[in-house]
Amino acid sequence: MAEKKYVCSVCGYVYTGDKAPEECPQCHQKGVFVEEKKGLNTNGNLYTFAYATVIVVLVAVLLAVVSQVLSPRQQANVLLDQQKQILVALNQDYSETDPAALYQRLVVDTLDVNGAPVFVANIEGETKFVLKLHGAGLWGGIGGYLALDADKNTIFGVNFNHESETPGLGAEIVTEKFRHQFNGKHIKNADGEVVSVAVLKSGKLAEGQEQVDAISGATITSTGVSDMLLSNLGEYADFLNKMCNKPCQATCCEAEEVAPATCCEEACEQTEGE
Amino acid sequence: MALSQKTKDTLLGPLNLNNPVVVQVLGICSALAVTVQLKPALVMGIAVTIIVAMSNVIISLIRKTIPMRIRIIVQLVVVAALVTLVSEILKAFAYDIAMQLSVYIGLIITNCILMGRLEAFAMTNKVWDSFLDGLGNGFGYAIILVIVAFFRELLGSGTLLGFRVIPESWYIANGGVYENCGMMMMPAMALILVGCIIWAHRGLNKD
Repeated sequence: MAEKKYVCSVCGYVYTGDKAPEECPQCHQKGVFVEEKKGLNTNGNLYTFAYATVIVVLVAVLLAVVSQVLSPRQQANVLLDQQKQILVALNQDYSETDPAALYQRLVVDTLDVNGAPVFVANIEGETKFVLKLHGAGLWGGIGGYLALDADKNTIFGVNFNHESETPGLGAEIVTEKFRHQFNGKHIKNADGEVVSVAVLKSGKLAEGQEQVDAISGATITSTGVSDMLLSNLGEYADFLNKMCNKPCQATCCEAEEVAPATCCEEACEQTEGE
Repeated sequence: MALSQKTKDTLLGPLNLNNPVVVQVLGICSALAVTVQLKPALVMGIAVTIIVAMSNVIISLIRKTIPMRIRIIVQLVVVAALVTLVSEILKAFAYDIAMQLSVYIGLIITNCILMGRLEAFAMTNKVWDSFLDGLGNGFGYAIILVIVAFFRELLGSGTLLGFRVIPESWYIANGGVYENCGMMMMPAMALILVGCIIWAHRGLNKD
């Protein structure tokens, strides 16, 4: 009698004989043997290796091609998203206009402060500085843009974003209700030092700095926002301490190599007069 | 064209008697993560439905060529490739939705409903049946997610889909007598709600 090969459809055990065994000796499942078909042996080692290689290479090529093709569009989206976020921080409603055009009109300059960007905007003749924020929330990164008035002290507006904070809790930092608390707060104390704004549970009082209410139930995200503001404003301290009140002066102070505190109106006015 | 009994069972069974969440108790983990609000729950339900249906079709197409010993790996590669593909396409053409989904789209890869359906159905059934099975199970999953998210958002935040349902003036903070149930925001509450749904479901469908 010609011997046939039977393959267990559960574990892949191959049995050679003239009749399929009742129970698989390897996985002890009953009635699972199927007769191996003539032709391609789909359970051989060579076939398995070849199959795995082919499918992985195919998938890799497919994903690489898609990623390459789509990447310009994705980058354009990321840029547009950043522009929209800066517009939100500047309290601009872009729902009825083209956000990119509005951005082009309002944001007049981008400065580089120790590698961190400062976007200079001009809104109805007034200068606003937009700082980029980045920090850590509960599940992932949080970030945002902080718009300051020309005095580099009063908050004009703020926008937050997050990667993966809990919906309904930490994710509430993006809502207007939370963000608008910051408007009009001051990031410097009476002595002119950068002390940031604290995010605290209502009832607690911050010492030596202004404060906003945290989101109840999202303590870690709220603390994350507080820490992010403090550390990022610290990185921008050099820029914030330069008391130049007009955009042209801001740039001239960037050019002048003087200590932040000594960068005074006179030095700027001289440059302006040239 | 009338649907045959088998087609009906494949498509509609998972909605009730063979529901992946409440009967097979699969995909519970993601049910906790995305049900704090109704909107992410809806989006997650739709995304899972599309991906289960598509991966079921692909696995069903190649089911006869898959070596038995590495079939789970092959299934995983197909699912992961599909999810990555969908995520890339969303980022390019629907950036806002991609940002809302953020982590959830990655979570789909680990959703046990996918692996469960691929292994139990697509490996042994024809393409059209597998497609229907994917749709049915996706919807079955989405229904439970939406029910849980409905209660969690309503009782936990007083809103539905972000719109305020319970008026602000009812709250204690504004001189009313009502307070949101903070428990609803906790992941554990999703499990308790799923438990209640299973209880009601088994009570209604006595064997």
